[in-house]
Amino acid sequence: MIHTTALTKEFVVGRQQTVRAVRGIGLHVDPGELVAVLGPNGAGKTTTMRMLTTLITPTSGTATVAGHDVVREPDQVRRRIGYVGQGNGAGHAHRVRDELVTQGAIHGLNRRAARRRADELLDTLGLTDLATRRVADLSGGQRRRLDVALGLVHRPPLLFLDEPTTGLDPQHRANLWDHVRRLRAAHDVTVVLTTHYLDEADAMAERVVIVDHGEIIADDSAAALKAKLAGDRIVLTVGVTASTGTDGAAGLARLAARLPGARDVVRQGDRVEAYVGNGPAALPELLRAAATAGIRVATACLYQPTLDDVFLALTGRSLREEGGVPTEAARTEVVA
Amino acid sequence: MTLTDTALRSGRGTGRRGLARDVGIVLARELRPLRHDPFSVIFGMVQPLVFLALFGPLLAGTLGDRAAGTLGHDGVWQWFVPAVLVMTTLFGTSATGSNLLFEFQTGAHERMLVTPLSRPSLLIGRALKEMVPLAGQALIIVVVMLPFGFRLHPPGALLGLALLAFFGVGLGALSYALAIAVRRQEWMFWAVQQTVIFPLMLLSGMLLPLESGPDWMRVVARLNPLSYLVAAERDLFAGRLDSTAVLWGWVAALVTVVCGVAVGVRAMVRSAD
Repeated sequence: MIHTTALTKEFVVGRQQTVRAVRGIGLHVDPGELVAVLGPNGAGKTTTMRMLTTLITPTSGTATVAGHDVVREPDQVRRRIGYVGQGNGAGHAHRVRDELVTQGAIHGLNRRAARRRADELLDTLGLTDLATRRVADLSGGQRRRLDVALGLVHRPPLLFLDEPTTGLDPQHRANLWDHVRRLRAAHDVTVVLTTHYLDEADAMAERVVIVDHGEIIADDSAAALKAKLAGDRIVLTVGVTASTGTDGAAGLARLAARLPGARDVVRQGDRVEAYVGNGPAALPELLRAAATAGIRVATACLYQPTLDDVFLALTGRSLREEGGVPTEAARTEVVA
Repeated sequence: MTLTDTALRSGRGTGRRGLARDVGIVLARELRPLRHDPFSVIFGMVQPLVFLALFGPLLAGTLGDRAAGTLGHDGVWQWFVPAVLVMTTLFGTSATGSNLLFEFQTGAHERMLVTPLSRPSLLIGRALKEMVPLAGQALIIVVVMLPFGFRLHPPGALLGLALLAFFGVGLGALSYALAIAVRRQEWMFWAVQQTVIFPLMLLSGMLLPLESGPDWMRVVARLNPLSYLVAAERDLFAGRLDSTAVLWGWVAALVTVVCGVAVGVRAMVRSAD
């Protein structure tokens, strides 16, 4: 559905200054896939998406989208893709239904078919009651649903969503994903999306492409990325008694080191920390071994990695730092 | 297969789409909000009348006895009414870029760019939208002015409107290009538009006859495409369909359209960068 080779984009920003926003992206997406593109601001996600949707011309490299070259046959690409950009696709002065009908006409539907398709989509996206409202009078969530509807009018086999849920409250975010999920189930649409929300990419996408400094630095399923690059972490504390002190912790650390895939075992006072291969299986096993050895474990926690941990492992930076949420807090969030 | 599917498929099958069809779609989209909000259109239509009523008598009064000599023998209204129509076109179409600026910011323009709509249709459709209220305005102005001695020559008037529409497309496209060029500093749009419009207007003999001005003004006016357009409109509205001025008017409009659409499409193709 998408094939790019060494795609680059440079922007001239000053007299002698160019910014290399995208530096050689090779992306292959098969029909029916749902791919999330992740990365910090300025990583080149949106620039890549804008090249794939014919909005900007690549500086070098090639991109074939829905079977056609984006530079030589932009029109053919435009007929076959749906695009939901970061802004609002519907004109603010227009009525909700009018914009959908216009979009149908643009894609070659006759008047009757365009009206029918508009009503279908209003129904699908829960906008029927708002059909005659002015776009400017809609709420953010309603407008976003209309944007998605506009992208779907011509039943594109490939849908691009550029940060579709930014600025929506959690309920509307969940709602929108529900629509996308149902759409895929019903029509087998290929979806490429960018998002700021790591949990969204984690929950929605079968495949996560991580972009940093204009390059793809990782490309796999979220589960595989987390297993490969971050790993499960267990943290235990032992009960401290007057006679033994924190001696139990040393024994627990030795037991932890024997777990499958164990690495980076650290003991600190009454506390033992380790990365293990399969956390949910390793933790009970360790607890059983501790009981057999007569070590009294006071607390036991399992931390499973997030995509942010993956990014941290890859780049040494946290994606969440931009949002000001410290990594540790993010981890506890997941456990809670 | 549903009806929608069939229609979609046939739509996809056709190779090059007609420019006229795409212009029609863009024009219809632009007009739709007007239909829901007719009051703004009516309000806009009255403005030129106010201008005509307040400026026309002053013009005739200032020129006094020289009026017949300077304005031609057709009378002040025959001289002034076509000029007011050109002025309305000038203001209307040169402002189209500001509409676009808004849709730039919201994302509506971007959505249209990722569709098979032909690029020039996005310019032409928007510019033509300004011509629809103008046709209504022209009708009102003519009807109101008839009792004051304005003589209507229907074929000339219709040709005059067609020429205006043609010129308006070029000017609208230039306005569109301007909007794209200054899209990061919005206030610049109006600053540039005003700075360009007023000299163009005064140096075309639209409001005041240049015959009473200094020589240099008449020389500059000769380089102003708008001068030819104004002269052509005056001849057309007076029923002189085959005058040289009319021919030059079409040439001026053609040059404006070719330059405007070329510059506009170029700007648009690069606009997403």
